[in-house]
Amino acid sequence: MPYLLVSPYLIFFLVFVAFPVLFSFFLTFHKWNIISPMEYSGIDNYTRMFNDRLFWKSLRNTIWFLVIHIPLQIIFALGLAVFLNGKIKFKGLFRSVFFLPVIVSGVVVTIMWQQLYGFNGGVINQLLNSIGLGRVGWLTNPNMSMPSIAIMATWKNVGLYIILFLVGLQAVPAYYYEAAEIEGASSWQKLWYITIPAINPTIFMVIILSTIGGFSLFIEPYVMTGGGPLNSSLSSVLYIYKQAFEFYHMGYAATLGFAFAFIILIIIVIQKKYIEKKY
Amino acid sequence: MKKALIYICLIVMAITFLYPFFWMIMASLTPEKLIGSLTFIPDSFTFDNYLAMFGKIPIGRALLNSMFVSSVITLGVILIGAMVGYSLAKTRFKGRNFIFYLIIFTMTLPFQITLIPNYITIVKLGWVDQYTALIIPFLVNNFAILMFRQSFMSVPQALIDAARIDGCSEMRIIFQVLFPSIIPTIVTVGILTFMTTWNEVLWPLIVVRDEMVMTMPQLVTLFSVGGRADAQLGVKLASAVLLALPIMIAYSFFQKYFIQSMASSGIK
Repeated sequence: MPYLLVSPYLIFFLVFVAFPVLFSFFLTFHKWNIISPMEYSGIDNYTRMFNDRLFWKSLRNTIWFLVIHIPLQIIFALGLAVFLNGKIKFKGLFRSVFFLPVIVSGVVVTIMWQQLYGFNGGVINQLLNSIGLGRVGWLTNPNMSMPSIAIMATWKNVGLYIILFLVGLQAVPAYYYEAAEIEGASSWQKLWYITIPAINPTIFMVIILSTIGGFSLFIEPYVMTGGGPLNSSLSSVLYIYKQAFEFYHMGYAATLGFAFAFIILIIIVIQKKYIEKKY
Repeated sequence: MKKALIYICLIVMAITFLYPFFWMIMASLTPEKLIGSLTFIPDSFTFDNYLAMFGKIPIGRALLNSMFVSSVITLGVILIGAMVGYSLAKTRFKGRNFIFYLIIFTMTLPFQITLIPNYITIVKLGWVDQYTALIIPFLVNNFAILMFRQSFMSVPQALIDAARIDGCSEMRIIFQVLFPSIIPTIVTVGILTFMTTWNEVLWPLIVVRDEMVMTMPQLVTLFSVGGRADAQLGVKLASAVLLALPIMIAYSFFQKYFIQSMASSGIK
């Protein structure tokens, strides 16, 4: 009887996990466009990848995204969580407002921000221009497209991380702060020496989730910039998508999938080693 | 003084979070020519953008498709999650721990590896442009299984033993005897599953090309990138508003549950 109960999982595992992983590995040694017969190609896909400018470009773009997105995410989420953790009126209302973008589809958020980022009509540039800072090519300047997506992603996800930080903050014993106050610690000292070490596990979790999120970016560049200008916002998943479903290079797309998955796991292991044990 | 500063910060941030939604809704009600100069409330309102959208894309059909697909997946994830979670928590059989670790392993596996081969599986099964392609791969959810496992573990064994003595089948034990005591878990799994499937875009884009089977986020995405909006910004924004509306209405009623569910998904 227990076997009957777990059988849906076993079928799912075989069809949608075990088989795909093996088949994907097999595909990395082949050239295939789905229609014509598969062609064995040895390690061609791998050598091609190492020489593929766009592969490195998409990897660089993703790292660039993470370098901007992760600190922004932590600063805003932690800051707002600390504010909301104090004695504040309308706490629940603020929380609900910050959480709103989390539940809305990324497509909606992207379409919205595409307009806000507009060069001439965009509200952000109108605001900057009116205070004399001039206009920024948020989506048209190759140096700005990835930062723009990173800012938008922070806006979309920060509500979730505020909640996670709030849960973490509530677990910090109040007498830590009381003791620090007796010793005459400033607000900054309390934040730096008590709060941050105490919620280190939450910070670590935010970093891991943001890293996975960065490597899953797809709809944002797909809708907002198409990966441009000059491939400056080509994300890893968008590149896999283009190789597989625009050029039908299934073998090469599978190789890219493996490579990016491998890179994600390595980055997470490094983060685990250096961030989790820091305190 | 310090308190006032905190309130100012929070209010400025709250405006930053609400304004884009406000602007989008206002812009979708503004005549096309005036959208470019809109910053707050338009001088004149119109429903033309919405009417034009209904004429251009089968958005009503997409709404029904999304409703259907998300509901079936949510139901399936709850039923299968409860069955597997129960057997991992309350029954003993050979390989139980192995399956548990298999689930953990699957959860850490980046989806980039399985994306391409899963598409090929769908092609070979002849499921392209079928609802099955949108539904079947999502019926089993590792996270849901673990959530159910955890909450079944805290259910007293005596309850199950008593039901077994009364001759209840395992299915009846799960869905009749135990379900009432794990309602919070069902709500959490239900909200998370419904929300993520409602918002899913990448997979539908890959397996569905037929407009009549498309989900709503997919249709809106293709409409806004494919140039079919004919550079009509208002129509594009109207479709985005319509896509956001159902989940925002649900959120306005069940805010607390949404926030709790998402928080528990992060904490695991």
